[in-house]
Amino acid sequence: MAVKTIISRPIYGTLSPQPGKHHLFIADAEGALAIIDMAGKAPSGFFDGAEIDFIPGPEGKHIAALEALEPAQLHLPPSFASLLPRLRQTLTNAHMGLRIYLAGTEGLIGQAMQVALEAGIDHTSMQTEHRGSLARRMQCVHCKGITENVTTQPALCSHCGLLLLVRDHYSRRLAAFQGVCINAEDRSEIPPMEEAFP
Amino acid sequence: MGITFRKETFRDDYTFRNSPEHIRRFPFPFNEDAYMYAVNIEPHVVGPKGSVLENLIDVDEHYVAEMQDRALVLAEDPLRCQSLPHMTLAGWDLLELLMEQQALGYPEHFTLERNGDRWRWINRPLGIDDTFTFGDTSTLPYGPMEYITRQSQGDFCILDQRDGNLWMDAGMVTTQADWSLDFDIGMNFFEWHAPVPLAHEKGIFTRALKFLTNIQQGKPARRLNWTMTINPRLDTSPENYHKWGPDRATVTPDNVGQKVHLRVELQSFWRLPRSNGIVFPIRCYLINMDELVTQPKWARRLHRVIRDLPEELATYKGLTRYRPTLVEWLSKLDDGSPTSSGFGPD
Ligand code: HEM
Repeated sequence: MAVKTIISRPIYGTLSPQPGKHHLFIADAEGALAIIDMAGKAPSGFFDGAEIDFIPGPEGKHIAALEALEPAQLHLPPSFASLLPRLRQTLTNAHMGLRIYLAGTEGLIGQAMQVALEAGIDHTSMQTEHRGSLARRMQCVHCKGITENVTTQPALCSHCGLLLLVRDHYSRRLAAFQGVCINAEDRSEIPPMEEAFP
Repeated sequence: MGITFRKETFRDDYTFRNSPEHIRRFPFPFNEDAYMYAVNIEPHVVGPKGSVLENLIDVDEHYVAEMQDRALVLAEDPLRCQSLPHMTLAGWDLLELLMEQQALGYPEHFTLERNGDRWRWINRPLGIDDTFTFGDTSTLPYGPMEYITRQSQGDFCILDQRDGNLWMDAGMVTTQADWSLDFDIGMNFFEWHAPVPLAHEKGIFTRALKFLTNIQQGKPARRLNWTMTINPRLDTSPENYHKWGPDRATVTPDNVGQKVHLRVELQSFWRLPRSNGIVFPIRCYLINMDELVTQPKWARRLHRVIRDLPEELATYKGLTRYRPTLVEWLSKLDDGSPTSSGFGPD
């Protein structure tokens, strides 16, 4: 059930060092590699005014490499939920000139952007780079529950249990793709679940 | 003499029907025997007496029943009505527009009295007589957009205009053709149209946006859009798709006439004076096949349109499952004779 890509689907770029003194990086898992690759292009002293919030994942990879960049602050929260209060605070008190860089899984980029948007930062002013898993955050349009790390097409809603088509239609406000019942017209039709977003 | 409002339902026992006068005034959306997306926008000016364009905001025999259905939807799902914080002023703009237009077109049913900021609104069909201070939300039982759109037929989106784009930042959406306000709120013109097939490639949305961002106050525009719905159900939302979707599998040659409805949206675009936003009323008209084919020209033309509709559009509109049954049924009413150009019946 491949659905061809559409305009609301976010497009990610490659991190590049922006002018300015204050830089905030939010990354998870393989996203660390995007920061490290970018560091090669950054002027010396770039990380003196940088905070890196990195959610390492279970294997704890890439921490040493980020330490080697000698950022002003390196914060290693265990999950996005645990980063949230601090992130809100940082963004609320942010300097006008704060530059934001998001790297890693789509779920991480989307959720961090959601918090930044709520703080009044324009989405086009943020740098993003997708690395690692293609797993999606999905909102069930029926029960409104969010299912994290969706890798299959179709996918089960973890809240109401409906079998959902994971669409490409994406909401920045919800930081989620839309899931719509795939067999609403005839519940006896059960399309096979395939690995679609590894 | 005024309108006789029907007692009818858009759910459960589905007692919705059109009177013969309403069948004739139905806004049939095809002016030729084929259909494809186009930038079909024209000035929204008053049309012939007895047509849906007799007034720029149309109120018809389904008014009271539609407002009751809206109240039911909102009680189940309050997320169908949302307004981002910066949209309150635009809500007042909309309240003014709808009160003025309804009072102008239907003085026997609606009255607006203004004394400076002190306004009195009388809505006789719904038994409302409220006095409030224009601009002061605390004097109304709901926010201004919700208050007036609980009393106006059709869905409403309010668009904020900035950065050369339109942003869907508020809306009352309970009678939609399968899209979610809760999901789309905050998106721009291209983003909320993302799921539409073919039209992006044809440059339709780029041209349409250019037109809309230039709309002047007092010079509204309009277009027609259409789809089909099984049973006269107003709330064909994605939220409830798992409830109404099964209806699409119930169409048989024997029940096409009663079950299959052409659903036409008269969409208009109005610049709002204070907020500089745009309001987009989406007025939905339903007609079942038995009613529609009482006009032989419409029967012949609809047959040809549905038969030849490009596959992408048929899929997007959700016709796939019952299209063959419908085309077969309509084909018996098409003798192949030519149809006159234009929308109206012969
Ligand atoms: C600002 C006003 C407008 C709003 C709020 C609006 C909103 C929408 C929405 C929410 C959809 C459903 C998309 C989905 O599948 O999720 C849609 C569909 C569509 N819109 Fe618009 N629209 C507007 C103006 C226009 C204009 C000016 C055009 C002009 C050509 C247009 C052409 C279409 C078409 C062709 C579709 C597909 C409809 C179908 O095949 O049933 N829209 N619109």
